[in-house]
Parts: sequence; C-alpha cells; structure tokens
Amino acid sequence: MKFILKILKNLPAYLWSGWGAIASILLFIAFWDIGNQIYGNLVLPSPLETFKTLYAMLHSQDVWEQIDITLYRASVGFGLSLLFGSVLGLIAGFFATASMMSRPVVTILVGMPPIAWIVLAMIWFGMGDETVIFTILVASFPIIFVGALQGTRTLDGDLKEMADSFHLPWHMKFIDVYFPHIFSYIFPAWVSGLGMAWKIVIMAELLATSDGLGASLAVARSQLDTPTALALVVIMIGSLMFIEYIILEPIKREVELWRS
Amino acid sequence: MEKLEVKNLNHHFGFTEILRDINFTLSKGKILSIVGPSGGGKTTLLHLCSGLLDVEEGSITNTFDSSSFAFQEGRLLPWKNVIDNIALGLLAKGKNKSISTQKAKEIALKFGLEEEDFLKFPKDLSGGMKQRVSFARALVVKPSLLFLDEPFSALDIGLKKELQTHLIEISKEENISILFITHDIMEAIRLSDEILLLKADPGHIAKKFSYALTQEKRDDRFVYEESAKILQDKDIIETFELNTLELK
Ligand SMILES: Nc1ncnc2c1ncn2[C@@H]1O[C@H](COP(=O)(O)OP(=O)(O)OP(=O)(O)O)[C@@H](O)[C@H]1O
Ligand SMILES: [Mg+2]
Repeated sequence: MKFILKILKNLPAYLWSGWGAIASILLFIAFWDIGNQIYGNLVLPSPLETFKTLYAMLHSQDVWEQIDITLYRASVGFGLSLLFGSVLGLIAGFFATASMMSRPVVTILVGMPPIAWIVLAMIWFGMGDETVIFTILVASFPIIFVGALQGTRTLDGDLKEMADSFHLPWHMKFIDVYFPHIFSYIFPAWVSGLGMAWKIVIMAELLATSDGLGASLAVARSQLDTPTALALVVIMIGSLMFIEYIILEPIKREVELWRS
Repeated sequence: MEKLEVKNLNHHFGFTEILRDINFTLSKGKILSIVGPSGGGKTTLLHLCSGLLDVEEGSITNTFDSSSFAFQEGRLLPWKNVIDNIALGLLAKGKNKSISTQKAKEIALKFGLEEEDFLKFPKDLSGGMKQRVSFARALVVKPSLLFLDEPFSALDIGLKKELQTHLIEISKEENISILFITHDIMEAIRLSDEILLLKADPGHIAKKFSYALTQEKRDDRFVYEESAKILQDKDIIETFELNTLELK
C-alpha cells in the first residue's frame, strides 16, 4: 500500500519528464503531414483526417466491442505466458539440468517465425480465439521464460552464503535475497513479452479471425479505407504506449531505485 | 564452556594446498586475531570455522550457541537501505520489525553513520560506510561468536579507534568471543588475547603471541611498544618479507 502511494506521489514528476517525448511525437506528426502533402490522401491521409476518423470511431459501439475482443485475447494469451513463463523459468533456473535441457526448446520457440505458428494454429484450432491465444502464448512465453531463467541462474552465491551465515528462514531468503534480483530480470521480460503479445494479437486476428482490431484492419485494407487503417494503428500504438509508459515504467522506477 | 577448537586442519582448492595443519582453540569471551600476508588463506580459514566451507581434513568443533559473520567485501543486499541491511539478522532471529529497526538505528548512530544515510542504498555509500554497515549487521545480533574479516580496513584511524573501542566494550559486556582477521598489527595488539601468525604457501601457523593485559588497560603506549617489539620478531619479518623492502 505504502508502495503504491509512493508510485502515485512520484507520478507527476515522471510525467513532467515526458515533455521531451511529447515534443518528439509532435515532430513525428509534422513529418507525417509533409508525407501527406507529397503522396496524397489515398496513400497517406493527413494526421488531421486520421484523428477525425479516430474520434468518430471511438464514438461507435462496434469499435469498442472489437477493442474488447482483442484485449480479451491479448490478456489471456499474455496472462498464460506470464504464468507459465515465470514459473517454468524459475524452476529451470534452479536446476542446472533443466536449464540445459530447455535451451534447444527455447531456441526453437524464439527462432520460429510467428507467422508459421499462426498457420499451424489455424490448422489445429480453426479460426477463432484459440488460434490467436495459442500464437501469443508461443511467441511471448520464451521471452518471459528466458528472463526468469537468467534471473535465477545469475543469483549471487556470495549473498546466498551471507544469508546462510545469518540463518535466514526460507521465506526471508526468498523475499529479501532471491526475489529482488530475479525481479530485476523478470520484469523487463514481462514488458517485452507484453509488447510481443500486443503485436502478435493483431497479426493473428488479421489472418485468422473475423473480429477484433486485427480483423477490422483487414477489412479496412480490402476497402482501401486508409484513414480507418491508420486510425486503428493509432489505437494499437496508443494503448501500448499507455500501458508501457503510464503503468509499467513508474513501477519499474520505484522497484529498481537501488540500481545505479 | 563454549569454545571453537580447530585440530589438524588442512584445506585444498583443487590441487592447490591452501592451509596446512592448523591448530588453535578460541575459548569463551576471548579475542583471537589472525594476521598474515594477503592470499595466505585467512579468509578461507574463517569460512571453514564458520561452516560456510566444508571441512575436508582435520576437525573443527564449534560449541558456541550462535555466530555471525562480517565479510571482507561487505556483502550488503543492494536492494535494501542501510537500516534494513543492518536489521536483517535481527529479523531472521524472529524479532519484530519495529524493534529491529530501532536497534539497527541505535547501532548505526553509534558507528558514526548519520540519520541522513539511513535510507541510502549500498550503491550510494562509501567503502568505509559499507564496512560499518556490514560490521553493525554482524554485531547487532549479539552472537556468542563473532567472525570478523578485516572489518576496519577501509576506515580512517580515528574511526578505526572508535570502533575498536566499541568492539572491546560490547564484547566485554556481552561476553562475546571473536575470531578476527586483520592486516594491521597495531589493531591486532590492541584487541587480541592471542595473535596467530599465518604464513603463506601453504598457510600454516608460524607463531602465536599472547597478551595477558586486559584490553581496557591497553593504552597507546602499550600498543606502540608491543608493535615495535613484534615488528622485530624474526618470524614476522620473514612472513611479511620485511627485510627485502629495506632501502639500500
Ligand atoms: N573459492 C576458491 N577457489 C579457488 N581458490 C580460492 C578460492 N578462494 C580462495 N582461493 C585461493 O586461496 C588462497 C587464499 O585466499 P584467501 O581469500 O583465504 O586469502 P586471504 O588471506 O584472506 O587474503 P587477503 O588478506 O587478501 O584477504 C588464494 O590464493 C586464493 O586464490
Ligand atoms: Mg581475505
């Protein structure tokens, strides 16, 4: 509780530091507008038109339903990877054999292009939620798994010895000695896993479902409705930026104050 | 009677012989120092005595109720501030949070740390401050046996003397026994009932020096005189290779 208060207290200062980011976004929009003036409305609609379309879309019930569907798939897929990736990664990290055995599997998972997974998943599960969720799972699981594994593998033997010399009970050893170290590895992995999940959910929906943001994007493409397509992209990027910079980054800052 | 008894102890790391035939006894309430050249195996010996390393040959009997360790490199938890680091051992013993914090603060102040340092993380502390935190963490649990591995090596002479005085006081009050490693001969003479000279390659005890006068009565003069004496000792000169350093 105290911790959450502290995060909230430091939030204004953190947001203030975001001016630079806002400036660079505005610059980006300026270039976008130049692009529009060069290439015309069909190829690249102006930012103004895009944001107008976005505004109209956000007032339609249907778009929010699509967002809900996509959010649901992304959260279930990411939630499962978070759970399995963290738990299995920790276990693999604690046992040398397990971590050696898991390496080739991880290489295969990381090396396999997500698009190939989508094709396989479509064959296995058909067109629907399962295909999307499965693809997210196989894409973001290995990232989290490796983070957890690295965190456990790199635990400092000297600190373990110190903990033993003070006869720390097992729960203190875990909370005070192991956890903060592991967390400093696993948390960034969660963040990248989340980014991955968000990208994959759109791609899988575009190819394998008839609803969700990805499918809306496919429809916009087939109708050559570029403003809607761009507005959808803005929604996707905007939501990811919100999660990353407004929710995750402040947490990370507080938790990692001890790092230089 | 609690005691620590080391008998015919040998130790190897791989094929390198580190310690050979170490014998000594530390009895209740005594302070035993180990001096010797760098890399001579002092830290290894301390780790063996405290059970952090497994004994391979020979025996170590430790009948002390409790012990704690101040490590040469501090080994503070980087994600905990000064007070939480010091309180670690107390919490491990099941003391409640507010009592532990209170005691940690008291001892921190006593060791010359200031209130404004209390919430700092180890990365923001000087070398000497880290050492004091590590020393405080070991001492605050009032163990019956204390292992100290060069606890004062990064302190200025003023602080060093102050902490030595605290150490003597607390060890007398609480009847704490101490196994102490140092490079500083004067420090060893001020604190110890007995000094073991650990000669290198492989580490073995070349000589023992005993001091009967109680620590509170040892003034500067005593320390200087004894230091001068010990520095002329043949074994000390040989062990630290003092003669080869003489200016031509
Ligand atoms: N874990 C280890 N594995 C292999 N060799 C080791 C290990 N720990 C120490 N040694 C070796 O043992 C020897 C003694 O080391 P030790 O740390 O006990 O020396 P020391 O007397 O404490 O030195 P210093 O005064 O510099 O702290 C050194 O040669 C060192 O290289
Ligand atoms: Mg040492």
